[in-house]
Amino acid sequence: MIAIVDYRAGNLTSVASALEHLGHRCEITDRPDKIRSAERVILPGVGAAGATMENLRRLELDHVLREDVIKAGKPFLGICIGIQILMDHSAEDDTRCLGVVAGEVVRFPAAVDGCPLKVPQIGWNRVHKLGAHPIFAGVAEGSHFYFVNSYYPRPADPSVVIATAEHGVVFCAALARERLVATQFHLEKSGAAGLRVLDNFCGL
Amino acid sequence: MLSKRIIPCLDVRAGKVTKGIEFQGNVDIGDPVAMARAYYEQGADELVFYDITASNERRGIMIDVVAAVAREIFIPFSVGGGLRTLEDMRAVLLAGAEKVSIDSGAVRNPEIITQGARAFGSQCIVLSMQVKKTGARPGLPSGYEVVIDGGRLLTGKDAIEWAQQGERLGAGELCINSIDRDGTNLGFEIELTRSISDSVSIPVIASGGAGIPEHLREAFVEAGADAAIVASMVHYGTYPIPVIKRYLHEHQVEVRDGLVPERSGL
Repeated sequence: MIAIVDYRAGNLTSVASALEHLGHRCEITDRPDKIRSAERVILPGVGAAGATMENLRRLELDHVLREDVIKAGKPFLGICIGIQILMDHSAEDDTRCLGVVAGEVVRFPAAVDGCPLKVPQIGWNRVHKLGAHPIFAGVAEGSHFYFVNSYYPRPADPSVVIATAEHGVVFCAALARERLVATQFHLEKSGAAGLRVLDNFCGL
Repeated sequence: MLSKRIIPCLDVRAGKVTKGIEFQGNVDIGDPVAMARAYYEQGADELVFYDITASNERRGIMIDVVAAVAREIFIPFSVGGGLRTLEDMRAVLLAGAEKVSIDSGAVRNPEIITQGARAFGSQCIVLSMQVKKTGARPGLPSGYEVVIDGGRLLTGKDAIEWAQQGERLGAGELCINSIDRDGTNLGFEIELTRSISDSVSIPVIASGGAGIPEHLREAFVEAGADAAIVASMVHYGTYPIPVIKRYLHEHQVEVRDGLVPERSGL
């Protein structure tokens, strides 16, 4: 069973639909016991960092995710806001995050070399793989994935970055450390490439 | 760099897809879920559904369509048509839509843009506007006027000012539909789209008039649009999406190759 963490925001059903389409059983839940006993845990969704962390703390899930899932080595996948809240701190709402990956979440610049940059980034962007992480097995280099974000993660340790993309700046599009994987792009909305990565996670 | 998006538009009346010629004389084309799946497999980058019945008793049918589409396709899609309240928006988002498109409801009550952006995030809120060229005059400097209620009612609002106001109020994207071009296959209203694209910093979607792949190149390259709506040129099979994308690729427009491989199980 895969637990999809319900933190009262975001569109959780689309991740569930994608998993079911791939033939994986999942459950949307906010119950610590179900999250602790799940084989894998996914934290998806669009949302603001402040509200997401506030909801996770109120539901007492911040501790569960940090200690019982991520530090315990259970396969964990963060999507979109789910990659950002892994970091120490987000500039969005000046938010203290889970702090399981050292680094900051910063906003895209308003302009680059005098050219205004569209923020949020909304649309399909090419993702460039660094190395050969198994999460990207079967995904062509430079494949497009769907992004919706105004902020992006900047890990302190560059060796955790497994893919980059460019929107005004080159930024971390995916990171991994042991069985912790996270993507800034939406796997559940990225067509066949996204489903492939989601399926790969289910086999990690 | 973001690729340019091709967005098939499905007008849905009572659970069936129609395509209007200048919003009149709608004819049935097909089942929205089957059409959505076909476009997804052809590599559409996004879909938009307009509920053109949009009466309260019919709303439930549209929610069922949205939920069925969300179970079968794994690209973003938006839903519009008659959305007036936060509850209207919440219902389609919970059914699985990525975005809501608001139009006449936002002209009548601009605050709904801000409320929607606060509740669901700006990225969810597409401000869609129907625009008609009525000529420059005092109070309408661009000569492009916003119309509502399916093109029937002139508002006196300048389209460029409304676009900028929409961005300030919290819209995440703007969809600019030219009433003059809608259903004509004569190409997008380039001057209008360019003017708005130059006036805002959020993504702009060109709509109304796509007939051949060159029209999309014009919208992306000459009008600076980030995405373009297509309807009859794809609905009748004249130009399958891979054909449009190949044309754009050959003309140096960045597009995504989104074909779903056959029998991949995806």
